[in-house]
Amino acid sequence: MKLMKKTVLAAAMSLAAATGVQAAGVSDDVVKIGVLADMGGVYADICGTGCVTAVEMAVEDFGGTVLGKPIEIVSADDQNKPDVGSAKVRQWIEDENVDAVNGLVASSVTGAVTKVLTDAKKIALISTSASHAFTTKACSPYNVHWTYNVAALANGTVKPMVDAGKKKWFFITADYAFGHALEGIASKVIETSGGEVVGAVRAPLGTTDFSSYVLQAQASGADVVGLANAGADFVNALKTSAEFGLTETADVAGLLVFTHNAKALDPAIAAGMKATTGFYWDMDDQTREWSARFKERHGSIPAMGQAGAYSMTMHYLNAIKAAGTDESDAVMKQMKKTKPNDFFARNAYLRNDGRMVHDMLLVSIKDAASRKSEDDIYNIEATIPGDVAFNPMMPACDFK
Amino acid sequence: MITASHNSFVSLGDVMATIFGINLFALSGQLLVGLINGSFYALLSLGLAIIFGLLKIINFAQGAMYMLGAFFAWMALNYMGINYWAALILVPIAIGIIAILIERFLVRPIANEDHLYSLLLTFGIALILQGMFTHIYGSSGLPYSIPDELKGGTKLPFMYLPNYRAWIIVISLIVCGSTWWVIEKTKLGAYLRAGTENPQLMQGFGINVPLITTLTFGFGVGLAGFAGVLAAPVYSVSPEMGSNILIVVFAIVVIGGMGSIGGAILTGLLMGVVEGLTKFFYPEASTTVIFLFMVIVLLIKPAGLFGKEA
Repeated sequence: MKLMKKTVLAAAMSLAAATGVQAAGVSDDVVKIGVLADMGGVYADICGTGCVTAVEMAVEDFGGTVLGKPIEIVSADDQNKPDVGSAKVRQWIEDENVDAVNGLVASSVTGAVTKVLTDAKKIALISTSASHAFTTKACSPYNVHWTYNVAALANGTVKPMVDAGKKKWFFITADYAFGHALEGIASKVIETSGGEVVGAVRAPLGTTDFSSYVLQAQASGADVVGLANAGADFVNALKTSAEFGLTETADVAGLLVFTHNAKALDPAIAAGMKATTGFYWDMDDQTREWSARFKERHGSIPAMGQAGAYSMTMHYLNAIKAAGTDESDAVMKQMKKTKPNDFFARNAYLRNDGRMVHDMLLVSIKDAASRKSEDDIYNIEATIPGDVAFNPMMPACDFK
Repeated sequence: MITASHNSFVSLGDVMATIFGINLFALSGQLLVGLINGSFYALLSLGLAIIFGLLKIINFAQGAMYMLGAFFAWMALNYMGINYWAALILVPIAIGIIAILIERFLVRPIANEDHLYSLLLTFGIALILQGMFTHIYGSSGLPYSIPDELKGGTKLPFMYLPNYRAWIIVISLIVCGSTWWVIEKTKLGAYLRAGTENPQLMQGFGINVPLITTLTFGFGVGLAGFAGVLAAPVYSVSPEMGSNILIVVFAIVVIGGMGSIGGAILTGLLMGVVEGLTKFFYPEASTTVIFLFMVIVLLIKPAGLFGKEA
């Protein structure tokens, strides 16, 4: 049965490709968005069911239908496993006619899933992954990378510090693709800004005790210790740095800090730390209005990827409406033609390589005394214009 | 990072400080840090070793109970205003009571079945607890501060030793040492060992063996809760914290020799040091080295380093 479906689908696809004529309107009378994320593991808070909620909100705000056809949402847990994620997406495409996949968290899963989607000419709406590969060496005409990436983190957090005279850097890096990418791009930024990387240590993902690494960082004599990790690894590394007095002799910079992790830190040790983020709920009336609605439904303030998931869904649906079809090539073209502009996307445009370029925020973690509520976590220090924050487009990825 | 040339303590004696290109001061720091982690491992593996060695129950919920200990400490502070010191005593008791209920109503009915049944049961309990806490508190973790009395640290010639880490080493060794002494050297311990070795005979002597079994289980699990409270100020309090550490602790119990109480304690310390040195020389292997050690030990001495049975 499955094989038959596959054959029919393949036949239909080759027919469409051969004729080069795309039927206008909505395929199979429904626009279906899949939300794939880690629903119950380490990254559950930064996307997870919150991303599903955000996409639901976008569909409701859009009116529930597009071009007179209903919009449906399906969701699944990828357990942070590339094989689980890509199998699910394959099934979505073959059996459930999913048109686009939103969410997408662990870069390893996104890497596998975007390949499946590109093969099927379906759109990847990447909300929370950090790696910049999806719009550079693994770019695709069907990838849309919305919220942030490692380049923006390095340019946003690292460069101002080097410029301010913090020249010698040491990295404590998560020992997998994301950590390596972040350390690599940050090192490049440091060196081109006249700084120097004096050492690095690769800590396996899920390391509980960082004291050994903190001692090594201390011995290196670095001005700044960059934490190229995320989630619990970041929290544990920072806690230990403070405990061993590293925060007093050197600056400790968190390169990827999610609001939920910042909330899990004792302000006494985290206050003053700077971070780069794609979104903060308490920026202005627009962000507060949307975030309040989100919190009412989901129970917590939105993480940047969740806000991104909403913004991206809106832009996708608007593009279908404007293009008069849900056919991927036409929708991608339309998405790149119109500039997104909402509470999330400021001074924004979708570049031909799929990178959404928008204003990023440099924030610092507030101390306990200046917090007005439990969600009052950041001071906004500066706005980083998108063209400064993000990596330039590679000519090979210029999908017009 | 084998030579740490920026060490500010080198002036104490450059000649002595470096041997074979290895900075001895840096190495001493790493050894001490390893010992601290080792004492933590010792505490966790002790609980498992008691439950396995005396009761022959493979308790896969031990990691979840450790997580529960840390969360209870957080809840006690935030909902009831109970501070760290009180939590250090109250939380293990609470966890022990939960464990006693689990033993009485879930584990005992399947006590005579194959060991796999209790393994699956406790594994299921662990998954339920972890899922429940992820659902309620999310996966990002909760903040818990070091108590004021233990803030700060001492500057040693080779490193800065935070007071809280010194406290971990001292209290773990006290708890481990006294537990070992009670089980191996006292009359109560003798009853306990005899009761699990030959229940029928001990029952005949008028000893209430099921009661001893239940209390032992409660104590062993209570130790995990105790370790959880100890961990709360220094590690991220999150639902995943137990599953991350459980497998390592199981490996330690296996290396030490299943059921050897002293073996579990010594191996815990030793593995802390081995892991610490790996973090210094080749960090990428730090999460693997204990398992490598386990494979080697099992090949050479299948009963474990301190195991009695061949």
